[in-house]
Amino acid sequence: MYSEKVLEHFRNPRNVGEIEDADGIGEVGNPKCGDIMKMYLKIEDGIIVDVKFKTFGCGSAIASSSMATEMIKGKSIGEAMKLTNKAVAEALDGLPPIKMHCSVLAEQAVKAALLDYSKKNNVHIEGLEDFNPTDDSHEHHELEEL
Amino acid sequence: MKKFVYMDNSATTPVKREVLNEMLPYFTEKYGNPSSIYSLGNQSKVAIESSREKIAKAIGANSKEVFFTAGGSEADNWALKGVAFANRKKGNHIITSKIEHHGILHTCQYLEKQGFKVTYLDVDEYGTVDLDELKKSITDETILISIMFANNEIGTIQPIKEIGNIAKEKGIYFHTDAVQAIGHIKIDVNELNIDMLSMSAHKFYGPKGIGALYIRQGVKIDPLIAGGGQERNRRAGTENVPGIVGMGKAIELAYENLDAHNSKLISLRERLIKKVFENIDYVRLNGHPTNRLPGNVNFCFKFIEGESLLLSLDMEGIAGSSGSACTSGTLDPSHVLLAIGLPHEIAHGSLRLTLGDFNSEEEVDYVVEKLIEIVARLRAMSPLYDKAKEDK
Repeated sequence: MYSEKVLEHFRNPRNVGEIEDADGIGEVGNPKCGDIMKMYLKIEDGIIVDVKFKTFGCGSAIASSSMATEMIKGKSIGEAMKLTNKAVAEALDGLPPIKMHCSVLAEQAVKAALLDYSKKNNVHIEGLEDFNPTDDSHEHHELEEL
Repeated sequence: MKKFVYMDNSATTPVKREVLNEMLPYFTEKYGNPSSIYSLGNQSKVAIESSREKIAKAIGANSKEVFFTAGGSEADNWALKGVAFANRKKGNHIITSKIEHHGILHTCQYLEKQGFKVTYLDVDEYGTVDLDELKKSITDETILISIMFANNEIGTIQPIKEIGNIAKEKGIYFHTDAVQAIGHIKIDVNELNIDMLSMSAHKFYGPKGIGALYIRQGVKIDPLIAGGGQERNRRAGTENVPGIVGMGKAIELAYENLDAHNSKLISLRERLIKKVFENIDYVRLNGHPTNRLPGNVNFCFKFIEGESLLLSLDMEGIAGSSGSACTSGTLDPSHVLLAIGLPHEIAHGSLRLTLGDFNSEEEVDYVVEKLIEIVARLRAMSPLYDKAKEDK
């Protein structure tokens, strides 16, 4: 049911852990639904110099978190803002339809961590104006489409 | 060769060699249609009747009361729909429980759409139905009580004898889905006052695609499948002769060595439970501690999710199952785990390991060793585990 890439990231997830003095921390999902992602960012001069994650969830949630961290590490805030759930899923050689919400969660975790950074540092980040990290309607909407 | 440990015997079991050997001639040599009058056909007919007798003997029934089906789901559908429609003039109320297999629950939902009323009984923390609640639910309209013999997920065995007595006293039919129990627990339909009982061969080392419904003589029930005179006009369709032969042999083997088989399974089960509790914290055992299926173990490992647990076990060559939402293809975890009162987040972390005749102590030890590693690895990745450690 999963691609080799998903299984490989599940087996050897990249960037697992925490950053003690993180500049931005984002947590999305809820335990009731069976997945929570927590993302830690270290940002220097607008560049994500380090990123770590912790995830409670299924195989694809762990693989999506791992892939998302790889895709934003070393990138600028602007580039990280462009990360979409679709890009995460594609980079994993696809996810089963019922698991697409895991990639949505990964995208939201990155944005939630950036939002936290922007609030703490009083920096405006283009595109986060309407972002609500506790809004999981998107994820359920994705499921209803199946 | 990569190690492979199969601990999902409640999902299905391998066909035993002796069972297969009995079946094989009925594919290629003794292939006659049992309805044909020449001797090749009659040979099949004789084989079916011999198997029917073995099954009847195993449950203390008369062989005229055993009807072959394509499996447990068909037997469940038939019992419920057949009794409901045949007894509609008598009443329109059915009582079942919240932890039944979907073969029962989805059939009940269908019957509700057809105008029947269904009461879904609650269960306690171990998954046992409350007999007082059952008694209170009975009305003048009640025509059928359907309560499973033993639960497929958490293994809890229901007070079948007491339920049978209540049903008999009130003149209500009693059906039990015994798919997980048959071949593993001694069952006497007369002693337990069971009117109908569903079974499936592949849960006790028989083939898939064959099951049976026991129907006590005198029970008013409509056929589910029309089209021919097979099974004494009650279940149309050319009989699955090799399957029926296999089911007969499998049930004979199961009850031949039942006590030895069960004491071995219980000792493996207790070894597994003990070692897990000794080595892993934040774990709970689901289901009744003692009154459960001999081979059933069901844990919840807090702070981790069941599907990632199963994937990790699979990578070590271990086959188990889980009641997490991610393995069911829905948003909710298992209805059984929710019915025993578990919160969603804990129910998501469930793992069912079901032992069988081919498991060994070495395998149990290997599974525990791998579980310790896997649970630690997944918890190290889990933000919920951090929170629990902080709270401590």
